[in-house]
Amino acid sequence: MATETTGTASACVGPDGSAIGMPQLCADWMPNQIFWLLIALIAIYFVLSRIALPRIATVLAERQGTITNDLAAAEDLKQKAVEAEDAYNQALADARAEAQKIIAQNKAEMQAELDKAIAKADAEIAAKSAESEKAISEIRASAVERVEAVAKDTTGAIVAALGGQADDATVNAAVDAQMKG
Amino acid sequence: MATEADGHSDGGLVFHPMDQFIVKPLFGDGAVGMFTFTNVALWLLLAVACVIALMVLGTSKRATVPSRVQSVAELAYGFIYKMVEDVTGKDAVKYFPYIFTLFMFIVFSNFLALIPMSFSPTSHIAITAVLGFGVFIAVTVLGFVKNGAGFLGLFWVSSAPLALRPILAVIELISYFVRPVSHSIRLAGNIMAGHAVLKVFAGFAAITAVAPLSVLGITAIYALEVLVGFIQAYVFTILTCVYLKDALHPSH
Repeated sequence: MATETTGTASACVGPDGSAIGMPQLCADWMPNQIFWLLIALIAIYFVLSRIALPRIATVLAERQGTITNDLAAAEDLKQKAVEAEDAYNQALADARAEAQKIIAQNKAEMQAELDKAIAKADAEIAAKSAESEKAISEIRASAVERVEAVAKDTTGAIVAALGGQADDATVNAAVDAQMKG
Repeated sequence: MATEADGHSDGGLVFHPMDQFIVKPLFGDGAVGMFTFTNVALWLLLAVACVIALMVLGTSKRATVPSRVQSVAELAYGFIYKMVEDVTGKDAVKYFPYIFTLFMFIVFSNFLALIPMSFSPTSHIAITAVLGFGVFIAVTVLGFVKNGAGFLGLFWVSSAPLALRPILAVIELISYFVRPVSHSIRLAGNIMAGHAVLKVFAGFAAITAVAPLSVLGITAIYALEVLVGFIQAYVFTILTCVYLKDALHPSH
């Protein structure tokens, strides 16, 4: 193991520039590594703890706040939408009830008119039938009278034809008696 | 390894899988002193630059609806924050910046190391040992400061039968002191092994007949290394959280 005076002077590097054993175990280099490592670690620590970490923490907190706010706003809007829907449904129901009422009213009016017309018609019919009744009874009465007159005449004629003597009063009385019986 | 290759560097297969880990000065050919600007320094500072680019420049707009970079930064933040909260507890959130520093440093070092011709700081035991022992010492000191002598209750398994407790205490004590060693060697070992394997596959590419297979192998190992790079950072961080939990709540 010839220690070099020309090349990279170290006990851990051979004359051809390649490592002798594990470079990791070369004590010559360790102070250098440790020194720069400490520099690097301290630099990272200060940069992170002074600048980066507080900044990220605030960004995350702000984002959380924004998300919470947005969620609340969304909840609000949803509430409003539900209210609007309720109002719409209410209006719909009102309109439906109104329509129902109008229909019922119209129906009632029509019914009343119909009833009136029927009653009028009934009355007319009743009047007409009463009139007819009267006419019929008149006709009947006149028929009975005529039958009676004819019967009296016929009776008088028959009696005369049979050679009997008949005065009007007797014949009338006999015919009346027959017609009643 | 290197001594074998010494003799026949004129042709054929020459493997120098460990050469990528050599620390060398970037300016001039001097010895590597403590403050020399070496390749280690360069890649460590690049990791710092990447962390700054992601976490500071990426979030500079503070957008409520994040851009891509910002959302990655927030993802990393949320990932580690939740880990600290879940594993260590709500009272450990004040140590979150330290744990996040560790995670960001390791993950960026690991990923930057995957760039061809780059240097992988986390493959060096000197680096990971500083991290591992740093966590160990911090956690131990914190445990004694927070709980006083009660921290020793960590080693006294009160749920075990009384006769077993001294034996368990010895085992617990040993395992406690092994923690920083395994903590640091796990990371360095994984990264070093992966990069060495990549180099070995690359060495085989010199033989024309095996080259396609070698390229295929490199691709596969590279994909695996991307995974390993992240997982090792994750494992290091979550173990730090677990150790921290032991320090804050030492009762078994």
